[in-house]
Amino acid sequence: MNRISETFQKLQQQKKPAIVPYVTPEFPLKGTTVPLLLALERAGAAMIEIGIPFSDPLADGPTIQHSSEIALRNGATVLRVLELVKEARAQTAIPIILMGYFNPILYFGVEKFLTEAHHSGVDGLIIPDLPPEESKEFRELSKKYGVSNVFLIAPTSSEERIRVIDALSTDFTYCVSVTGVTGSRSSFGNHFDEFLHRVKRNTKKPFVVGFGIKGKEQVTMISSIADGVVVGSALLQAMENATSVDEAVSLGKNFLSSLQ
Amino acid sequence: MPVQTKKYPPLPDASGHFGIYGGRYIPETLLPAAEELTAWYEKLKNDEVFQKEFRYYLKHFVGRETPLYFAERLSAHAGGAKIYLKREDLCHTGAHKINNTIGQILIAQRMGKKRIIAETGAGQHGVATATVCALFGLPCVVYMGEEDMERQAPNVYRMKLLGAEVRCVSSGSKTLKDATSEAIRDWVTNVADTFYIIGSVVGMHPYPMMVRDFQSVIGLEAKQQILELEKRLPDAIIACVGGGSNAMGIFYPFLNDVETIKLIGVEAAGYGLETGKHSAALCKGKRGVLHGSMQYLLQDENGQIEIAHSISAGLDYPGVGPEHCYLKDNNFVEYVSITDKEALDALQLLARKEGIIPALESAHAVAYAVKKAPKMKKDQIIVVNLSGRGDKDLGTVMKELKF
Repeated sequence: MNRISETFQKLQQQKKPAIVPYVTPEFPLKGTTVPLLLALERAGAAMIEIGIPFSDPLADGPTIQHSSEIALRNGATVLRVLELVKEARAQTAIPIILMGYFNPILYFGVEKFLTEAHHSGVDGLIIPDLPPEESKEFRELSKKYGVSNVFLIAPTSSEERIRVIDALSTDFTYCVSVTGVTGSRSSFGNHFDEFLHRVKRNTKKPFVVGFGIKGKEQVTMISSIADGVVVGSALLQAMENATSVDEAVSLGKNFLSSLQ
Repeated sequence: MPVQTKKYPPLPDASGHFGIYGGRYIPETLLPAAEELTAWYEKLKNDEVFQKEFRYYLKHFVGRETPLYFAERLSAHAGGAKIYLKREDLCHTGAHKINNTIGQILIAQRMGKKRIIAETGAGQHGVATATVCALFGLPCVVYMGEEDMERQAPNVYRMKLLGAEVRCVSSGSKTLKDATSEAIRDWVTNVADTFYIIGSVVGMHPYPMMVRDFQSVIGLEAKQQILELEKRLPDAIIACVGGGSNAMGIFYPFLNDVETIKLIGVEAAGYGLETGKHSAALCKGKRGVLHGSMQYLLQDENGQIEIAHSISAGLDYPGVGPEHCYLKDNNFVEYVSITDKEALDALQLLARKEGIIPALESAHAVAYAVKKAPKMKKDQIIVVNLSGRGDKDLGTVMKELKF
């Protein structure tokens, strides 16, 4: 059993939702990533999602667009992100999922990337612009290197598609809460409950919900149906004005604690 | 006539690929929408009522067919092959872009969509979209980069007059690439009631195929016209390539004739290919994924998209349509490049020799034709796709020429 499925099993026994913070690496400052990740684990994170910044993040709202620009300026290339994971991996067993657009990975070389990801201690990958239809080779190689594939489910996905996405995802799926880009919003619309139940009915593996989650109330509501939540933009916003690594880490940690 | 042995396969394949290019590299939210659009288009492609309506608007609203005009004084000046101009600049709104927007809005209407969005670089596609939205009474939002809004101010005013809302995009390079990303973000958010009219043979399947089909009226007309005028097919066809829709439109009906007709796509070399400041994705790019499809892309050593440069806002894009990538790899089309300065010179040359002020985009094709003609015989024929007129570029041109 891998680190991801072990984590979900443990949480299910404890009847606790998976709180998954998304961090843009080297944001807001260079050197933030590893200490932040360790602090988030201590504050109750079940897994950590780390972005691979891209110049043209299509599925992201202003917060992650902005943080990606800063990350790129701070040198967070594909190679650097893998090094940061390796550094963190030496100090923790928490599952680490990388989330990034396909182009930088393709340019790095898909097989080379998966080899390095495996050796650095990456557990899973989310690639928002690589839907199941385009991912055949990627899935085969991921399997070869023991890296978990996480595909996305959207409110526009049919029940049949949800079942396919669930089947193709290795350990769990990522359910996008709304039709839209990442970033906090005040409500999820009228059919949100119904949508989460539809996902629940059509999936066999655990699913986490992301996009627009910012507070404890939402976390409680969503985790009554789903297996966990991903919090990205709101966490990054909480840290964006930090002037030192220590301050950023403490702001991030406090924010994560406030969700539980 | 020699027997043609090189045949163009039916592309894209069922999953929207041109060889390894194209496809649907898009977020899950949009996937069902792209599938739905494909199903609608496959049905309408063979629907006689739809095609009749499309032809009706092309004739009576756009003003087709456009002339194929023998540029006698330009040919004499170049000193070689006869140069013909396919006058897409005479289309209503001033460029070939409207051929496609008519087609797409007729689909949007049948699908019952209530709102239209588009991206624009030079503003020609934005104007063409705003125009058909006015024609069919649908609200229209056009995303345009901040820098392009400055360079192509007259087109911003035209869109506003036509009732469209122009949203300024100030992220990234502030040009077409970022306007496209913003339009896709809008589509992800409003996918239920919104139709996204893409302006070139780019983006996710079915757009590259659909836009090509709508634009292929250019090549179909040109083929018939040159047969009437010269009783034979041309020896070369030249078109500029940014995203590549006017080039796909004129090349497509000739792809089974490439053993006797040289098809040439002209990219923007900007300040020169060696300076790194250009928009020549086919000549200098590497394979990658952007805006939903696999294509040649300008990118740095970390796979980040590079900022393209061209004097012409319509060519200023770091990627290129996936079918062009296939045509390059399989030697159906030769891709070359022309610098900002050469394009500017060609714009003035055509103005003075023929009384036609071309768009800066189309001036790239003219520039290459003038270079190529002297190397050909006097009885040979070049057809240049004059994709648009130059009114929108007056500001840029006057500044460059210090008038």
